[in-house]
Amino acid sequence: MISDALGYEFFQRALMAGLLASVACGVVGTFVVVRRIASISGGLAHASFGGIGLGYLVGFPPMAGALAFGIASALGIGVAELRLRQGMDTLIAMVWAVGMALGIVFASLAPGPTPDLLSYLFGNILFVPPVYLWLTAALDVVLLLLMRFRFRQLQAVAFDEEFSWVIGLPVGRMFLLLLGLTAVTVVVLIRVVGVILVIALLTIPAAIARHWAGGLSHMMMLAAVVGGLCISAGLFVSYGLSVAFGVDIPTGPFIILLAAALYGLSSLALALRAGKRTA
Amino acid sequence: MSTPPIALRDVGFGYASTPVLQSVNLTLAEGDFLGIIGPNAGGKTTLLKIILGLLEPDQGTVEVFGRPPAASRGSIGYVPQYAKFDAGFPIDVLETVRMGCLGPSVRALGQAGQRDLAMAAIERVELTDLKSERLDRLSGGQLQRVLIARALVSEPRILLLDEPTASVDTRIGRSVYELLGLLSGSMTIILVSHDIGVISRYVRTIACLNVRLHYHHSRELTDEMVEAAYGCPVDLVAHGHPHRVLPTHSGEGG
Repeated sequence: MISDALGYEFFQRALMAGLLASVACGVVGTFVVVRRIASISGGLAHASFGGIGLGYLVGFPPMAGALAFGIASALGIGVAELRLRQGMDTLIAMVWAVGMALGIVFASLAPGPTPDLLSYLFGNILFVPPVYLWLTAALDVVLLLLMRFRFRQLQAVAFDEEFSWVIGLPVGRMFLLLLGLTAVTVVVLIRVVGVILVIALLTIPAAIARHWAGGLSHMMMLAAVVGGLCISAGLFVSYGLSVAFGVDIPTGPFIILLAAALYGLSSLALALRAGKRTA
Repeated sequence: MSTPPIALRDVGFGYASTPVLQSVNLTLAEGDFLGIIGPNAGGKTTLLKIILGLLEPDQGTVEVFGRPPAASRGSIGYVPQYAKFDAGFPIDVLETVRMGCLGPSVRALGQAGQRDLAMAAIERVELTDLKSERLDRLSGGQLQRVLIARALVSEPRILLLDEPTASVDTRIGRSVYELLGLLSGSMTIILVSHDIGVISRYVRTIACLNVRLHYHHSRELTDEMVEAAYGCPVDLVAHGHPHRVLPTHSGEGG
């Protein structure tokens, strides 16, 4: 059945997209989890809808608008966080909602039939436009190069901002870089797997990896592997269920539930191990 | 005369109604080893953060080697209170200590040179066996020594320590102080602590801080200083250690 599935071009493409997305999510998700900016990445994802709507209205590629809105929101939230140094959740929620609202209003004003924003919101890993495979691969390359040359600085800033400042690192710029990367990753992957699966892939594999990793770079690799496994398993199992039993479970949500179950198991194993050590 | 490593003139911080620091004057010479004691919320950590440039004073001026702290970044080693770290952050001892190598003075050494430097610092705090251990599996004292090694790795000319022995058992505490004693000839050290008894045995001069800084360039902790710093509020005296520790100290002080 596995070879069956692999015979379909749409399946190959979905698997490839998922594996490529896992790499980006492993790298960025690790920072999202340890630096606790998961809600910011949710906000950025939805804020980018303003740009999609504007693209339809003015007539430029919606993804370019999404990137611009995502990055601008990242910089805005980042600067506010650096200045205010306190809970940003109200501002994040506002950016989240306002971005969506702008997207819907812009899209409704656009000439011609109202475009389907929901397809951007939910995406579908089974119908990935080929160009996004290349985009995701390019994103992976950029992220890996950045980790090759700037990993220690980013790690220091994520671990201890004050110490990083004291030794002379550009802490503010590093934080904005981190948010900018999160924005770009989220926006590119929204079109590939949809916003919900993006948030899941950024957080769940990294959270599982954090249980077992000895270091931050180890956590990135582990998160990418876990993400890749969840996506592959989700694709094959949902395909198998559909072919063998005629049960059609949407692939994206199935992947998320699988990852969440794995997180539960991982937490349980960790608790058992800790219990054994203290006993 | 050379530029003093640290010079604070008339530094104030906080609101007029509730000042955190008021008219703080402090000049340290190269090689000084100052211990600062004082009640909780007396402004000890704030003072360190102002010297580091993490906070801007509301009044007065701060100079580190004759320049504003922000312009002297990289010349100060800093040992923060360890309590604030996120226990879930996966990082081991060696990686943490290597963070100290990201500053301008040692960056040029390259990966291998930095690693050697970090290993030497780890050995100095006796953690070589634990170099690959995750931070959240260390004891409080071990973590404290990691943070000291991280601050020492770049061989800074100034070292600021915020309660480095707060949660450390006596033996480790003593080894930390002995290490600082060894270092004190080659760098300028400020050590903030509530541990008056131990502190006074190792530092060269001692000051009391409670909004105002009481400092007489000596190792002697006078009754007036303690009274001025811990002052009227009786509950602070009861919380703190002066009552218990002062007699012993007076005995040793001469």
